[in-house]
Amino acid sequence: MFSEDFSNRANRAEKLPTLMFTVAQYGILLLMLGLTAGLWRLQVLGAENFRMLAEQNRIRKVPVMAARGKLFDREERLVVDNYPSVSCFLVREQNHNVDADLPLIARGLNLDLEDLRATLRHYRAAPGYQPIPIKQDITADEVAFIEAHRNELPELETIDEERRLYPRDGFAAHLIGYVGEVSEEDLNNSRYAAYEPGAMVGKAGVEETYDELLRGQDGSRDVIVDSRGREVGYLRTQHAIPGQDLKLTIDIDLQRTAELALGEANGAVVAMDPRNGEILAMVSHPSFDPNAFAVRIHRADWNKLITDPGHPLMNKAIQDQLAPGSTFKIIMSAAGLQEGVAQNMRVNCVGGGTFYGRFFHCDKHHGVLSIEQAIPLSCDTFFYTLAQRLGIDTIAKYATALGLGSKTGIDLPAEMAGIMPSTKWEMKNFHQKYYAGSTISVGIGQGETQVTPLQLARALAGIASNGHLVRPHVVVPDQVPAQFRQAVLDSFPGAGESDLPLNPDTWMTITDGMAAATTTGTAAAAHIDGVDFAGKTGTAQVVGSGDTHVKGGAKTPNSWFVGMVPRRNPELVVAVLQEHGDWGSNSAKIAAKLVALYVEKKRRQEHNLMEKAGENKPVEVGAVWSDPKPAARGKGAGAEEDSELHGGHFFVDPEKALGMATEIDPKSIPQGLKPDHFVGAIGTTEVVPCYKAPNIGKDEVVPSYRAFMREGFCAAGGPRAIGSAALPLAARFTAWMPLRFRERQR
Amino acid sequence: MRRFLGFRDFDWPLLGMVMLLCTISVLEIYSATMHTKYSGFHTKQMLWICGGVVAMFIFAKIDYHKLIDLVPWAYGVCLIALVAVKLVGTKVLGARRWIKVGPMHFQPSEWVKLILILAVARYFANLGGRRLSWRDIFKAFVMVGIPMVLVLIQPDMGTTLTYVPILVAGLFLGGINLRQALILMTCCVVLVAGAWTSGKVLKPYQKARLTSFVNPDNDPKGAGYQIRQSLIAVGSGGVWGKGAEKGTQTQGDFLPIPHADFIFAAFGEEHGFVGSLFVLLLYFFILMRLIQNAQTAADLSGSLIIMGVVAVLTFQIAVNVGMVIGFMPVTGIPLPLMSYGGSSVLFTFLALGAAMNVRMRRFVN
Repeated sequence: MFSEDFSNRANRAEKLPTLMFTVAQYGILLLMLGLTAGLWRLQVLGAENFRMLAEQNRIRKVPVMAARGKLFDREERLVVDNYPSVSCFLVREQNHNVDADLPLIARGLNLDLEDLRATLRHYRAAPGYQPIPIKQDITADEVAFIEAHRNELPELETIDEERRLYPRDGFAAHLIGYVGEVSEEDLNNSRYAAYEPGAMVGKAGVEETYDELLRGQDGSRDVIVDSRGREVGYLRTQHAIPGQDLKLTIDIDLQRTAELALGEANGAVVAMDPRNGEILAMVSHPSFDPNAFAVRIHRADWNKLITDPGHPLMNKAIQDQLAPGSTFKIIMSAAGLQEGVAQNMRVNCVGGGTFYGRFFHCDKHHGVLSIEQAIPLSCDTFFYTLAQRLGIDTIAKYATALGLGSKTGIDLPAEMAGIMPSTKWEMKNFHQKYYAGSTISVGIGQGETQVTPLQLARALAGIASNGHLVRPHVVVPDQVPAQFRQAVLDSFPGAGESDLPLNPDTWMTITDGMAAATTTGTAAAAHIDGVDFAGKTGTAQVVGSGDTHVKGGAKTPNSWFVGMVPRRNPELVVAVLQEHGDWGSNSAKIAAKLVALYVEKKRRQEHNLMEKAGENKPVEVGAVWSDPKPAARGKGAGAEEDSELHGGHFFVDPEKALGMATEIDPKSIPQGLKPDHFVGAIGTTEVVPCYKAPNIGKDEVVPSYRAFMREGFCAAGGPRAIGSAALPLAARFTAWMPLRFRERQR
Repeated sequence: MRRFLGFRDFDWPLLGMVMLLCTISVLEIYSATMHTKYSGFHTKQMLWICGGVVAMFIFAKIDYHKLIDLVPWAYGVCLIALVAVKLVGTKVLGARRWIKVGPMHFQPSEWVKLILILAVARYFANLGGRRLSWRDIFKAFVMVGIPMVLVLIQPDMGTTLTYVPILVAGLFLGGINLRQALILMTCCVVLVAGAWTSGKVLKPYQKARLTSFVNPDNDPKGAGYQIRQSLIAVGSGGVWGKGAEKGTQTQGDFLPIPHADFIFAAFGEEHGFVGSLFVLLLYFFILMRLIQNAQTAADLSGSLIIMGVVAVLTFQIAVNVGMVIGFMPVTGIPLPLMSYGGSSVLFTFLALGAAMNVRMRRFVN
């Protein structure tokens, strides 16, 4: 190539032809024109489009989560709160090798490395700008870890959210429900059409029914991000509209008492005001912890919940359909008396009777009975006879009129309707004639009849309310927009409000019979002195005959009790179901605890003796009991007591009641609580020490809910006393302590 | 005669336009890097430019005939350097392109460009404008082909491609006839197609980069990402631009390497169609001025040197701006006088120095 020496410049005079330069010049000109055309295309013709793309690049719409509405009880004490929580996300960078950082991230956030890898794999197909949720509800330590590693781990991002804080230990969990991420099936459902994937929605209970009100409206913020998705600033914020707070009809005191009274038994308690259908307490056991759902629930926990033989997710108060047992006899009585059959019926119980060629047993030899004795003693023979005389369709007519076999229409999802057999029902479902012999079993609440505790409470209280039946509900309707209220009514069809006209005679006889049951009858053990408490037990066989009477055994009967106070036009009805709980009287004791608390509270709150003290005359107290002095009470609940009821009110001398105040021994006080004055309650209740709450800050350590109650702390109701200095405190606790208590799970 | 040579023969208008471009470059580098870890690169660039100007003056002082005499030696050194790079070079991002001498990093492939311009000029000047035989053409191919292969295996496809225009310009100006040109072009097409399909010459990422410009939306996060972001940057600049330091694509770090390969996109975003057109005009005038200098050169070798420089610069402008506006694939070829980078700045100024060199001696002889 370089063979010729260049210094031999033979061709130095040579020149390039001008044409070549011209060609080169025009070539360059053409090139420049081409490039200019390209620029014109982009910057002049396509400017708008590209400007939009640039904005999309730069601005990310970040949702601002609306805080969910809080839930309060009927006295405006907080039941369900929110707490600020931080979630950690991973933003995939362009050139950053995230995989290498995973071990460090896993260590810092206390995650399992394999789980973390699995999460990333799961999101592999998602668009690169979409942040991957790694861990929700991270602790302060983990937040500190992220902050400290901003430079090494720029891919980690945190987002502030408001998270649901439910009462602990599954308190009222079935009624409240829980929230969770909207599932893919839900999104296809028209009800959830407006929801974004990943949104938190109510999944059960009040959270589900009232989701639309509770959820509020998420806002959004236009965030300026760089190419790695990191925020560099924001343009405008559309504020979130927080969800509406709702007032529940439940009373925390009653709810708590119900939870404790039911204890570990498998069953349900429901307390309702039969005058308006407000649910004062609703317990189903075993329960679950809704907090576990608020942060994504673990698969293992979920599997445990759905495989548990006790069905913790089932709200037994509205979903458990079982034979009502002897509680059904009240409905039988109503039918019998209304039809004019039962009034003059006398049955000789010899430990059973023969009907349709078969001998049906009774527990005892009751001898000759009228309906007045048959109800408190729960004589099967009497009701076998009554059932035979009435026939299945008459029974069914009254039972369905009282709401059996149809939903009550309570504002909670997934209520069950139960079964009330009749000839029509038999024909429809089994295409056969009803076998008359089955009527006999139906008469004592066995056979095919299935009811839920709530249905039973509504029906029995309806009879005691002179045939006025209500639609149960758990949210105070005043604050719910009319349109939404109507929507709730429409979406929960059921028996609703109705009236079954009863003869005065029917009403009196049955209510007196139920009052006798808790005095001398089957529920005598649940008798409360000085309280007009009426009810009916039920001991429902589970599989044919052969009861074992071992509590909790598979063949042990289900224990029912429906009680109310006062006996006529009751203010409170309590239905208790213990699966395999043996005799109905066991459940009666549970109901009695609720009734006692309710009565006490009414005495305290509605008739504050302090205000009236000094007037030196008896003060009218309470609405639900008959006589403050047990000694003055006669045996049984006779009709003559009606005159002393004063419409359910009685008189108390405030001077005398207040005179009982004593100081408490400071040594016996649980740590952290200050003693306050207490007095013995008048009449019926025992003297209970009570404490004034110290200033409870949000971080103050308070034992868990159960322990809290073991200590006898009168959180909600305040001192169980009349006329102490603690009374103003008793009137209203703004916050219910275990809810305020913020202990992060680590 | 040489004593009459002086800087009054220097091409001051050309230098003026060049310095104007350099000023624009420094300002844009400042704007594009101000919020990144590269902030401060504009001062480095200024130092490189100063160094380049000095180098240009020195280079212009040495008679280009002397330089041409020395080319065979320089060519040999270049080949050795390229082999050395392959053996002991510093590896950056999977390619050995740099050779470390003391504290300095050299990229020999940039210098090879300059040597090749001179070598090709010498070769075709020696042929003296007579008809090229196939043997002459083959020799030219071998001369350019050896360093090309050495650079391609570094691998550095971008720089490799910049050698092509030197050869093309040499052949064209050296008097290749139409028939020969057509045959060569056919051979090239066949060769390139063969190399492409064989899969041994180009690495997959290089192929992906080369094809993604056709439809960047096919792969918005991969190879097409850079093109797409570049298009958005340039397009969203509109007629008047978003203003200095206000380009969202540039400042938001969406535009890849906005101070180097994609500086024209950054400039286009912030200064719009008007600004971009101004820069293109500057380039056009610079190139025209260079061609005029080539026309007025004293001899064939001088013309060939300048035309080599013009070829390389034109090629780089076309490929870089073409890439930025989506006409060309991403090849990593910097925009001369605008992109940040020491080797690129030095080469450009030395190339301009060579052109000045020729112009200063246009009345000699």
